[in-house]
Amino acid sequence: MASGNVILNEIEAPLIAKKAKPGQFVILKAGERGERIPLTMAEADPERGTITVIYKVVGKSTELFKNLREGDSYQDAVGPLGQPTHLERVGNVTCVGGGTGVAVLYPITRGLKGAGNRVISIIGARTADRIILEEEMKSVSDELFVCTDDGSRGHHGFVTEILKKVLEEETLNLAVAVGPVLMMKLVSEMTRPYDVKTIVSLNPIMIDGTGMCGGCRVLVDGENKFACVDGPEFDGHKVDFDQLIQRLGAYESEERESSMAHRCRLDR
Amino acid sequence: MAEKEDVTEKWARIGMPEQEPDKRRENFEEVPLGYTPEMAVKEASRCLQCKSPSCVEGCPVEIDIPAFVQLIKEEKFDEAIKKIWEKNRLPAVCGRVCPQETQCEGRCVLGKKGRPIAIGNLERFAADLARREGIEDVSPKAEPSGKRVAIVGSGPAGLTVAADLLARGHQVTIFEALHKPGGVLVYGIPEFRLPKKIVADEIESLEKQGAEIMCNTVVGRTITIDELFDQGYDAIFVGVGAGLPRFMNIPGENLVGILSANEYLTRANLMKAYRFPEYDTPIPRGRNVVVIGAGNVAMDSARTAVRLGAETVRIVYRRSREEMPARAAEIHHAEEEGVELLLLTSPIRFLGDEEGRVAGMECIKMELGEPDASGRRRPIPIEGSEFEIVCDLVIIAIGTGANPLLTRSTEGLELNRWGYIEADPETGETSIEGVWAGGDIVTGSATVIEAMGAGRRAARSIHEHLTREGRSPESCGV
Ligand SMILES: Cc1cc2nc3c(=O)[nH]c(=O)nc-3n(C[C@H](O)[C@H](O)[C@H](O)COP(=O)(O)OP(=O)(O)OC[C@H]3O[C@@H](n4cnc5c(N)ncnc54)[C@H](O)[C@@H]3O)c2cc1C
Ligand SMILES: Cc1cc2nc3c(=O)[nH]c(=O)nc-3n(C[C@H](O)[C@H](O)[C@H](O)COP(=O)(O)OP(=O)(O)OC[C@H]3O[C@@H](n4cnc5c(N)ncnc54)[C@H](O)[C@@H]3O)c2cc1C
Ligand code: SF4
Ligand code: SF4
Ligand code: FES
Repeated sequence: MASGNVILNEIEAPLIAKKAKPGQFVILKAGERGERIPLTMAEADPERGTITVIYKVVGKSTELFKNLREGDSYQDAVGPLGQPTHLERVGNVTCVGGGTGVAVLYPITRGLKGAGNRVISIIGARTADRIILEEEMKSVSDELFVCTDDGSRGHHGFVTEILKKVLEEETLNLAVAVGPVLMMKLVSEMTRPYDVKTIVSLNPIMIDGTGMCGGCRVLVDGENKFACVDGPEFDGHKVDFDQLIQRLGAYESEERESSMAHRCRLDR
Repeated sequence: MAEKEDVTEKWARIGMPEQEPDKRRENFEEVPLGYTPEMAVKEASRCLQCKSPSCVEGCPVEIDIPAFVQLIKEEKFDEAIKKIWEKNRLPAVCGRVCPQETQCEGRCVLGKKGRPIAIGNLERFAADLARREGIEDVSPKAEPSGKRVAIVGSGPAGLTVAADLLARGHQVTIFEALHKPGGVLVYGIPEFRLPKKIVADEIESLEKQGAEIMCNTVVGRTITIDELFDQGYDAIFVGVGAGLPRFMNIPGENLVGILSANEYLTRANLMKAYRFPEYDTPIPRGRNVVVIGAGNVAMDSARTAVRLGAETVRIVYRRSREEMPARAAEIHHAEEEGVELLLLTSPIRFLGDEEGRVAGMECIKMELGEPDASGRRRPIPIEGSEFEIVCDLVIIAIGTGANPLLTRSTEGLELNRWGYIEADPETGETSIEGVWAGGDIVTGSATVIEAMGAGRRAARSIHEHLTREGRSPESCGV
């Protein structure tokens, strides 16, 4: 479905599909030598026994996932992991998504709408063909704003510019932000003076996803939390985003090496 | 006994040949190379065949040690391994990783002369030989009972319960959160101490005997204990280990390049990151590595770092050498490989560079005061003795706690104040009828053989429960 380097996979996983709730994720592994990669479930269909993930191809593992053909299987899939989103009726809600973060935001938005909230959604991407799930987001929002960095679709500028207007014009009871860490940080900083509770979904590097390695630890309100067990959603006003950004870059050079080695093998 | 002469005086304990330190620093292959049959026979001949053997008391699964040692002496190697199998399904593992000096060998009467029989080495010899020659355990199996047991966690505790219940005719399914079964044996203990092929073979043989293993299943998330009962399991054993990493809670601990030993070892062992980029998971390769802690886990981390090419590897420990909890042999191996010990030293904060990567550590010197609750002398900081060391990778190996994932999602399961499951030490029964528990999740981090011992006791109790007359499967549920 999605264009360019954003891929949608529907995966047969009946046990996981039966249990999955909005906000939860799975860990997938392509083959014997593969890495364990966390991806949020955009959808889960207990009847069909399938889950849907939407992801952006950013490195070796997501590249491997992309090359799976229909009928191929992931070697391993485990879940549902993490805490489900706390879905309740609070009144006016804004859901802000950037890039592939919209894939994570969509089931949360649907859940919040279903709980009886009025939902104003703001989604953005670098350029028009990077906007994902626009129709789906529209169907679960009372209002939807689209932004692109280059102005090729919707508002010319960042999601935060629209958010600013919404904050000025509406009384919001809750904000949800999912996307690049910097975006979540900016959103949290904007909502703070308005005292609007803000939930962010964090994506630290994970391995096991069961609380065993501590690699996914994030500083929340001065305390270490394991995103895979306690999260991935946290109060954006309490998260140390700068630390998260640094920790996400921990394996940059190795990731480059891995992608390069992969491409070289493909070229041969 | 025929020979009354004191054979023990004739030769000393036969040591096991090892890879040279300089060579093994460069590879992940096993360090001790194993006995030859001649060596094994010679070592076995030293055993006094005591009438009431104290060595057996030191073995949590009560292997008939004099009997199997005698069979080795008589070169009846296949009978020796069968004798061991009567009590222990994982001899190739235990022969390698049991802390024999505090268990079986610690009780051997020859220990008084400083030369206990090398029981672990002999056990390993018999098990390896059986593996090489394809000798299989064909002990008769009981009639199928029609009962089904769910086992949560595939570490040594869970594997032992599975083997024992299969032998008694029950059906077992093991549920494992990770993508590979084996628990700490596959994700924690490195290849150079316990080749993963051995664990894989043991698990395969369990599957051949009929065990079903469901990986990628997190009990408490994918499925709950209650749902397992709903699916018709007659009993459940919980052996989920103590896999929650502890941190120091000192400033700078979240800098890039500071990992828990669990993360470091999981990357290296389970994900085979030491073969990156051939395998996809990366692992940080430090130049100057510091490992905090002094148990087996710390030694494993330090020796892994050596093999990943570190220039210096230092163990930082706040007490002295005598208090180091690691096995003496492991400390010796680590030092041989160039690991330095920085004793009576405690980290107080980590120092980072402008990119948020760890660049150093501030430490303080300690001295030992009066004994504390654990009976060990309490380390006290020496004021004004702070100093800095340069490091680019820090591994924290100061112990683990109870992982709350399963316990928190299981209503009615009684825990102690540290979050471990309350279970009867004799039977493994928990506060929920039909649920047993054992291994590290009950005792806190202990040993492979203790987890197996707990598994054995629980299996016995589960079997009694399942075969008790007048019980229908339904009545075991909650
Ligand atoms: C709870 C959670 C939910 C997520 N949901 C989605 C989603 O729905 N859609 C989506 O596109 N992405 C999602 N991500 C991010 C996704 O996991 C990473 O993009 C993916 O791991 C990249 O792997 P790679 O090998 O292709 O790239 P690499 O080249 O290995 O890495 C690219 C970047 O991805 C991050 N990354 C690498 N390895 C991991 C890892 N093991 N765990 C987490 N992050 C890693 C790093 O920041 C790295 O710089 C989620 C992450 C988390 C933690
Ligand atoms: C690095 C290291 C080195 C060690 N060295 C030695 C040694 O030399 N000698 C020795 O005797 N002991 C050693 N130990 C200790 C020994 O390994 C443990 O005491 C032993 O493995 C405990 O066994 P267990 O079966 O209780 O649990 P574990 O081996 O921890 O296995 C528990 C299993 O349960 C799984 N699990 C957890 N939660 C769930 C869930 N919710 N659902 C499904 N599955 C779940 C885990 O993934 C794991 O596979 C070492 C430990 C470590 C970490
Ligand atoms: S299982 Fe362990 S404690 Fe028992 S005899 Fe073997 S090495 Fe010794
Ligand atoms: S105590 Fe030592 S000498 Fe005696 S039977 Fe056991 S191993 Fe042999
Ligand atoms: S991913 Fe290992 S503790 Fe969260």
